[in-house]
Parts: sequence; structure tokens; C-alpha cells
Amino acid sequence: MSRVELKLPQLRPLGATQRTDAWWIQPVLTLLGLGAFIVYSTWAALQGTHYWVPGTNYLSPMYSPVLFDSWQIAPASSGHAWFGAWPDWIPKNLWVLSMTPAFLILWAPGGFRFTCYYYRGAYYKAFWADPVSCAVGEPKFRGTHYRGEHKFPLLLQNIHRYFLYLALVFLVFLTYDAIISYRFLGDDGQKHFGVGIGSLVLTINPILLGGYTLGCHSLRHLIGGKKDCITDCSGARQGAYRGVSCLNRRHMLFAWLSLFWVGFTDVYVRLVSMGTWTDIRIL
Amino acid sequence: MPQATFRIWTGAGDDAVFKDFATDVSEGMVVLDAIHQIQAESAPTLACRWNCKAGKCGSCSAEVNGKPRLMCMTRLDTLDLSVPVTVEPMKSFPHVRDLVTDVSWNFRVKKSIKPFKPRKPDAPDGTWRMQQADVDRVQEFRKCIECFLCQDVCHVLRDHHKHPEFAGPRHFVYTAALEMHPLDTEDRLSHMKNEGGIGYCNITKCCTKVCPEHITITDNAIIPLKERVVDEYYDPLTRLFKVFTGK
Repeated sequence: MSRVELKLPQLRPLGATQRTDAWWIQPVLTLLGLGAFIVYSTWAALQGTHYWVPGTNYLSPMYSPVLFDSWQIAPASSGHAWFGAWPDWIPKNLWVLSMTPAFLILWAPGGFRFTCYYYRGAYYKAFWADPVSCAVGEPKFRGTHYRGEHKFPLLLQNIHRYFLYLALVFLVFLTYDAIISYRFLGDDGQKHFGVGIGSLVLTINPILLGGYTLGCHSLRHLIGGKKDCITDCSGARQGAYRGVSCLNRRHMLFAWLSLFWVGFTDVYVRLVSMGTWTDIRIL
Repeated sequence: MPQATFRIWTGAGDDAVFKDFATDVSEGMVVLDAIHQIQAESAPTLACRWNCKAGKCGSCSAEVNGKPRLMCMTRLDTLDLSVPVTVEPMKSFPHVRDLVTDVSWNFRVKKSIKPFKPRKPDAPDGTWRMQQADVDRVQEFRKCIECFLCQDVCHVLRDHHKHPEFAGPRHFVYTAALEMHPLDTEDRLSHMKNEGGIGYCNITKCCTKVCPEHITITDNAIIPLKERVVDEYYDPLTRLFKVFTGK
């Protein structure tokens, strides 16, 4: 860029602004919302119990897919584990933390959200005050040493599209979980069709996650945005590009709705599994 | 007629300070009207840049109550006139005096971006054929009036003074308009990644929020450019795919 010396105004300290509106509300809400979800999901992931409801196919999205059943529930089985009981070669504890099936999988959807373009902008503001809000002064220590995503470590945010690939796979798993949540164990020991409140909760989950994942900026690029002439693509691909673009315009909305619903679905499954809540059967 | 107080940044260099000016306000007035009235009544030397008074020339950019706005498009009835209204020059450029800043840096940056280079004409008469759907995408970027409010609010320029290494949202929009153009054949990705420093953008969307032309700068220009840079420099699978397919 232009190397001519510019005599610029002095940098302003943190929070310095002439803005008269409540500019701090949005970062505070983001801080509280994301902070609450991080605390809850970490707690839920550490539990290793009550992630499924016996007699139903309800499974918490924070534990799905279950690669191995949690060692805390041994010798019982959730019936959802792909490879059976917790194997000896995976430690049961990591320092003071209990290892659970959630830890084996949560890094993928977590990584997808952490590197998401929307969340990046939101948590840079709310957690790092970089900037704390538009046209509001930043912490002075960063000053001209700012590196942004131009250099390591935030350069690694460019991995986002790989997390997208994983998130699309998870979306398939969670859709499968929603479909099988309509089958319940009957008195005859067979599984029958039914509808519980939990089935609806588990169905809304992949719908909202789909709205979020399929509106991803990287997907928008990969599905057609990378082309200068979108009309060179097939009709189906052009339609997909328009669909993804449509969802992309509501990316923030779906990001928050899906985040809340993942947490709520885990709460629902957990409390029904613990017997605190009763799952009402509609059919 | 009711009065309102305008707290205006006046002077130059280290002597510049806020000064209060009271003036009559009436229905339909915008901030620029009030500034002109103050010039006529009590501050004939007050400098401000303006031209069209219609939100199309991008000259009267300033910060009204701390928010980057066009003075000619900021109606007084949208502001709380019971307290002084602050009017300041933009913060990301060298201050000249009063409300005037030197925005010439932007024009020098623009010159450093490779210009439009179309493919060979499609028809013998020297014309091209394009699909409307392909042009629609870049049409949005053509609305830019170069008011530089996006540059002003961008914290990479405003709070980190990365002018030597960062082109800023205005020039990402300009580059996107060229890069995504169905006829263009030039490659500007290396320039965007290195000299343009697109990696410094951390997607706070402040530029989109202040754009008076409502260009979706972050989602439609900057992020697609960032993704193209990822394709070219950071994604091994895409590069491998290109090696095998030649695309």
C-alpha cells in the first residue's frame, strides 16, 4: 500500500467514543450468551452420564455420534455406541478432567463454530475488545502491533472450510438421531412409531443446525461463489447457490438459534433421563 | 423556532478542540444544513467538505455523535437535540482542519490495484455477451460513492494505523467488483493477500453497518475475497484438485 508517511490522529484508549447510544449492549449480550453456552457445554461434556433416555432413542446432540459408551455408565450400554464400551487404550481421565464420549467428538462442531465468520466477528468484539464496538477505542497495548488474521495464530482460522466438511457429516448424524427419535420401545419389547415432546425437540435441532451450517460463508463460496460466471454451473448448483445465499443472509440468526437449541436439547434429554422431567407422548 | 447545540471539532493540529455552537433548527433539516447555518451565523471560517447534499458525492463524511455518517443524510429529527450533538472529522485520515481530513491516501491505494482487463471480445463487432445473473453480483459494489466511511470505521485503520499494509474495506469492494466480474481476466489475489493485507480484517462488519449505500461489504465482498485467497494459498485440497483438473 501507499508508503507515504501519514500524520494520523492519536490512538484512543479503551472505550473512548462520542457515541451516545448503548454500544456496549451487543458485546455484553454476546459475552453472556457465548460464555453461558461454553460453561454449560463444558459441564455437560464432563458428565458422561444421562446423555440418552432409556426406552426411547433420544440422544443428546452433545454426545452424538457416540463412538464408545462412557466408562462411567459401564457395564450398562446406551445402545447408541458405534464401537461398544469405552476401550482400555483411551485414558479415563486427562489430568483432573474425566474423559467422556463428548470429548471425542465435540471438537468438530466446536471448531466449526469457533472458526465461523460470524462468530469470529462476534467474539473478537465481546471477548477480546478488538474492537469492543464500532468506532469505540480499543485497549492501547495492541496498537500498531495488531496482527489480525494476517499472521499466526489467527491465520489458522482459514481452516474453517475443513470444519464445514465435518459439520455437514454431523448434520447427517443428527438428522438420523431425529428420525429414530420417533421410535419407542413398546411393552412387547419391539420398537414402534410414536411422537414425544423429545422427538420434536430432537427434530427442531437439525433443522436449525441445517439453517446455520447450510448458510456458511465457506459453503457459499465452494458451491458457486468461487465462480465468476455462476451461470456456467448446472441449474441444480445455481439453485443451491441461491439457497445457501438466502440462508447466509440469516446466518447470525441461525447461529444463535441453533446454539441455543443444541444446549436446550441436551438439557431436555438430560432431565428426562434423570427423571426430573417427564417426556409427554403425543402419539 | 427551537435551538440546538452542536459541539464541533474546530481548529487544526494540537490546538483543535470541541466548540459549542447554538443555532435554530426546523423541520426537515439535516446536520449539513445546521453546519452551513453555523458558518453563516457565527463561524465563517469553519471548514467542511460538501458537494451534492443528496448522499451521492460522498464528500460530507464525518462523525455525528460518534458514528460515521454522511452529514447530508443525517436528519436532525433522528438525533436527541436536548443534548449537544457532536460533529467530528473522520478519525482514520490525517486531519487538515475543522471537519476536513485528507483522504488522498485512498486514491493512492486505489491506483495500486490492477485495473479491469477484459477477455477478448465475444463478437466480431468488439462486444461481449454476459448473463444478467453474473453481472448482478458485482452491480452491488458499483453503488459505492467513495465516502470512505467504511475506511473510517475500520479498526485496522482507525485503531491500529495499518495504512501501509492494509487496503481497507473500500478497496476490497473495488477489488471484488473487478475480481468477480464475468469478463475480467486479471488476478489480484496475491496483491490482496500481501500488499492489501486482507488477513488483517477480522470481520467485525462495522464497514457494512456504516455504508450509506447499504452495500453488504463484509458478506458479499470481503469474505468471498478471503475465501478466494484461501483457495489459492491455504487450502491444500483445492490446490491438489487444481493440479489434477487443471481448473
